[in-house]
Amino acid sequence: VNSTRLRKIKSNLFVSFCVLSVLLALTPLAFIFFFVVQQGIQALNLDFFTNMPAPVGESGGGMANAIVGTLIITGLGSLFAIPIGVLSAVYVSEYKASRLATATRFAADTLNGVPSIVIGVFVYAVAVLPVKQFSALAGGLALGIMMIPIITRTTEELLLLVPSTMKEGALALGATRARAVFSVVLPAALPGIITGILLALARIAGETAPLLFTALNNRFFSTVVTQPMGTLTVQVFTYATSAYKDQQRQAWAGALVLVSIVLTCSLLARLATRRLERMRGF
Amino acid sequence: MPQTSFRTRRRLLSADAALKWSTSAFAALILLIVVSIGAELTRESMLSIRKFGLDFWVTRTWDPVQDQFGALPFIWGTLYSSVLALLMAGPVAIGIAVFLSELSPQRLRQPLVFLTELLAAIPSIVYGLWGIYTLVPFVRQLELLTPDWLKSIPLFAGPPVGNGMLAASLILAIMVIPFSASVAREVLKSVPISQREGAYALGATRFEAIKAVLFYARTGIIGAVMLGFGRALGETMAVTMVIGNNPLISTSLFAPQHTMAAVIANEFSEAASELYLDALVEIGLVLFIITMIVNSMSRILIWGMTRTRKSPKPATPSARIAEAV
Repeated sequence: VNSTRLRKIKSNLFVSFCVLSVLLALTPLAFIFFFVVQQGIQALNLDFFTNMPAPVGESGGGMANAIVGTLIITGLGSLFAIPIGVLSAVYVSEYKASRLATATRFAADTLNGVPSIVIGVFVYAVAVLPVKQFSALAGGLALGIMMIPIITRTTEELLLLVPSTMKEGALALGATRARAVFSVVLPAALPGIITGILLALARIAGETAPLLFTALNNRFFSTVVTQPMGTLTVQVFTYATSAYKDQQRQAWAGALVLVSIVLTCSLLARLATRRLERMRGF
Repeated sequence: MPQTSFRTRRRLLSADAALKWSTSAFAALILLIVVSIGAELTRESMLSIRKFGLDFWVTRTWDPVQDQFGALPFIWGTLYSSVLALLMAGPVAIGIAVFLSELSPQRLRQPLVFLTELLAAIPSIVYGLWGIYTLVPFVRQLELLTPDWLKSIPLFAGPPVGNGMLAASLILAIMVIPFSASVAREVLKSVPISQREGAYALGATRFEAIKAVLFYARTGIIGAVMLGFGRALGETMAVTMVIGNNPLISTSLFAPQHTMAAVIANEFSEAASELYLDALVEIGLVLFIITMIVNSMSRILIWGMTRTRKSPKPATPSARIAEAV
């Protein structure tokens, strides 16, 4: 009888530990959100979006250049990553059993695990050093390399979900395999592919490390992609350690904007997946 | 007409070949990127590799002025902070995974999964900012409250500065929990329901039944925790903002130290000499190799579990995506 009670106590202890773990993980989440919103709201106003950074020591100013920079560099990254990601996923899902497909899957997983700072060093070596020029292009390349594996893997998974009868139908009507893939399978998987792209954007929009020595930073407004360009993340990093209260406040505002961008992307991705699941009857 | 059909077949075949070759070029490009990361990093660190050889990895001196470079303090800092993070995050991540897959009421499950995913979505730089202004002052308070007898232990020695190993490993732990938890949950999902039913039928308590499930899934769970470890090794911004960036080898949790990723982020754009730059690139190269090994090992462990899944229901798209990302 005693041992039964002991076993029950043990069991309850374990269940409490699991509940506690969940609470333990959610506490910092609540703290971070609270601080980012509370501190960020105070410094966030229209100026933040429309003005340029104020000279050191002066109050006011904004991050207009950095916001535009983030948009341009993530755009460049997408331009580079989406075709590679989607088309390699077509290959991997169409020729599943081939040796190259297995190798590509492994390479994508490996690339996904490479620390972002290492990607930064790599891009510095291939795109900055040869031309001796930091540039937004190099920054876009770094972010693009990080996006590729996410897009490839999600697109592959979602292409496999498209019922094979759809493709077979197209083939039976005399379509070539390419036609079947590009006119039937890809459009059917489109919401899924968009999900993958959104997830990739959510992952890289907040990246700082790969931009530190590729796109560098720029205090001035610039849309020239062959020149250094400021981004929200790098700007937040420089302001975070600043001694000036005003710059610290701007850093929090930047963090709030960043969190909003990232959350919007992942929320949209989630909604798209949900719809997909309902459509497919999961 | 046999000739037309022959031509049609040829047309189809060549179109197939075109699809295959054009898409395979893109697939090969991914392979090429991974290979060239390794090759480029090796090429760009040749000066340092030639000059210091293996001594680079066991030397403590990091003196850019004298052109003396030893990476030991950074390797130590990376491993120490990641192991500490692993010790803290591992049990919590497993606890979360068990709760979400075995214990949670149906209605709570989706919202909780969503919240843990949010934790993974917060950018590293935001963690760092929060770390500087909230976590570090909190850790400093903790250090001030540490009684003297405890401070005589090397683990807690040193002045209370706040910035240091404890703050860094705490923030790393918070950051890797969601990764390990979500993969561990997928692994637990792949355990056949019969494992649980069998245990309950034998009169097991909840704990005993879950223990059986965890034992069944052990390789995958270890893989999930290792995947978190791999993330921690390469984490840069949040760590560099709270660890103190001081190349010191110390077991003290309170001492400001440094990591491989942090030293690259801090000193790369200031590296004045060729040798200095190459030494930093070599640190990047080793970081690349270490994370690749850790990640591959954990992927193999996780694959072994989830590939042989016998669960009757197919994985939902979100589960597949969670696995892919």
